[in-house]
Amino acid sequence: MTDGFQIAVCGSLVPDPLQTLEPMATPQGPGLKNELMLPSVLDPWSAHALFEAANLAKQVAGSKVYLVSLGPKAKLQQLMMTVAQKVPFDLVAIDGSASGFTDAHEAAAALAEGIESIPGLEKKRLMVFGGCASASRDAGVTMQLICERLGISDFFAGVDEIQFKPDGSFEVLERIEGGQYQVSACQGAPAVLAWATGNLPEPPNNPQVGMVNMRGVMPALMKAKPAKVGTGGLAYDKAEVPAQKRDTRIVKDFSADQIAAEIVEWIKQ
Amino acid sequence: MKILALFHTQAGGGLPKAALEVLTAAAALKEQTGGTLAVGIIGQGAAEAADNVAGCGAASFLTVSAAAVAQPRYATDTAAAAALIKESGADLVMAPGTARFARCLPGAAHRAGAQIDTHIVSVKAEGEKVRAQRWFYRQRILVSFSRTDRPWIILADAGVNAPWQGAAGTANSREAAVNFSDTDLRTSVIGTRSPAADAQTIKPDVPLLFVAGAGWTKKQKDGQFHIAEAGVLIQDFLLKATASLGSSKSLVDLQSEGQETLSFMTHMNQVGQTGSTPRHAKGLSTCCHGEEPHAVGWRFINERRAVNLDPNCGWAQGKADVVYVGDAFEVMAKVNAMLS
Repeated sequence: MTDGFQIAVCGSLVPDPLQTLEPMATPQGPGLKNELMLPSVLDPWSAHALFEAANLAKQVAGSKVYLVSLGPKAKLQQLMMTVAQKVPFDLVAIDGSASGFTDAHEAAAALAEGIESIPGLEKKRLMVFGGCASASRDAGVTMQLICERLGISDFFAGVDEIQFKPDGSFEVLERIEGGQYQVSACQGAPAVLAWATGNLPEPPNNPQVGMVNMRGVMPALMKAKPAKVGTGGLAYDKAEVPAQKRDTRIVKDFSADQIAAEIVEWIKQ
Repeated sequence: MKILALFHTQAGGGLPKAALEVLTAAAALKEQTGGTLAVGIIGQGAAEAADNVAGCGAASFLTVSAAAVAQPRYATDTAAAAALIKESGADLVMAPGTARFARCLPGAAHRAGAQIDTHIVSVKAEGEKVRAQRWFYRQRILVSFSRTDRPWIILADAGVNAPWQGAAGTANSREAAVNFSDTDLRTSVIGTRSPAADAQTIKPDVPLLFVAGAGWTKKQKDGQFHIAEAGVLIQDFLLKATASLGSSKSLVDLQSEGQETLSFMTHMNQVGQTGSTPRHAKGLSTCCHGEEPHAVGWRFINERRAVNLDPNCGWAQGKADVVYVGDAFEVMAKVNAMLS
């Protein structure tokens, strides 16, 4: 631990959650209508992983954060305009589809290759972070597949907290059923952690950090290797947004007593 | 088609409810495909758990109950699951999407040369062709799909099948040999950490979800904050109505930003885009404005009602069944009094 960690954070872009999504058929399988035009954000759980990584790097001298991102180059460039202002990192860009309909196995292969391409990578210093699931595919399998491809034996899912000890071992809290945490102790790096929300707020934009990051972002985008990430063995039959419009009854003129009585009756039904 | 229903035991012994739900689906799939069913169980007490489902129609029962899998640990669970998948020769593996299996089965899929899909809400077969359904983009787009590659691991969401009920018996289970390496034991599970019993606010098995929004922590009509009062009202309601507590993102974010908020509320309570999507029969939201990211968290709530001051909020636009325009502090105080 004295040399610090190499923290690779896997995170890509997803459509802004406020956007309405409409599926459509494409020659490659399902896609989103106007997908390339939709405003994007860094995948929310990956964003938490990135902030936790930056926090860890700040605590352990000699650590460095790498954001390993798979997405269309042009969209990644747009995304970096905002993400790069948050925390310091080196970008490892991989040019490929960020669609939720792509196969997780292919995405994991591309991301693992991206991590292995980090110059001077030392596995004993490696911590791989990512979100516990993407807001697009939402499968929660990619990080485990990366873990296997990198030959790492320790993986943690739905992580909210990690605490390092001076000997490099750490204790980790993973979300499990019923609002509980599973508490585990790991001997140390290398390990793969798929983060839930963690405990850190989103850092404010820092233009100075942004300027430093952007010096590396543009060359990284130029060097981005194309990756064949498609639907793999998936054969899609149908993708639809089910009708969810409800016939809402808006009750404006009830007293608090009347509302309460109706709610209590409904609860007891 | 060879189907493997893959389960793990739970801390107190026996199979979790989610496993019995998957057994129902696996048994149905066996009938639809005319295939064979095997059951694989990982964890302490696996043989006893196999006896409890001996009447499920499985042709064989495989177990891994070595001390190494007494802990729900990624490396050992992955090795055990991969061994059972390989040994069973299964084409299709059905498993519950519990935290333990969601953690390890993707790794097992890699080791067994299998494909894996999670959060499956429906599986049906037409002959040898199996079709599955799951949501993409956080419960926004429902997709039907199939795979031709085998083995195919399917992790089913909880609550979409009825739990299997049938006779116990003697399963004559066979213990599979798994070699665990020292590297597999680098992690030790220390235990679980949970809030005190009276502060346990997340209850997945109760009928009612109560969701609190950031409005509870805003200035009220007297121009003052009433956060302590809000906390008492909400906790009182949870106790009296036996409800599970959810939160909007904006409310739990206040805490991580260092602002005063409801002390018992954490990110674990959060529903929506970056939170959970729980399954409850009814949901009551208060002080939420329910835009799309929040509505995502309500996808699997059947009956939805809301108490809100703004009749034009997003939540009132066809997402809730009933929106009561009123002051949640007043309404919930009355509700609590009536529930007493």
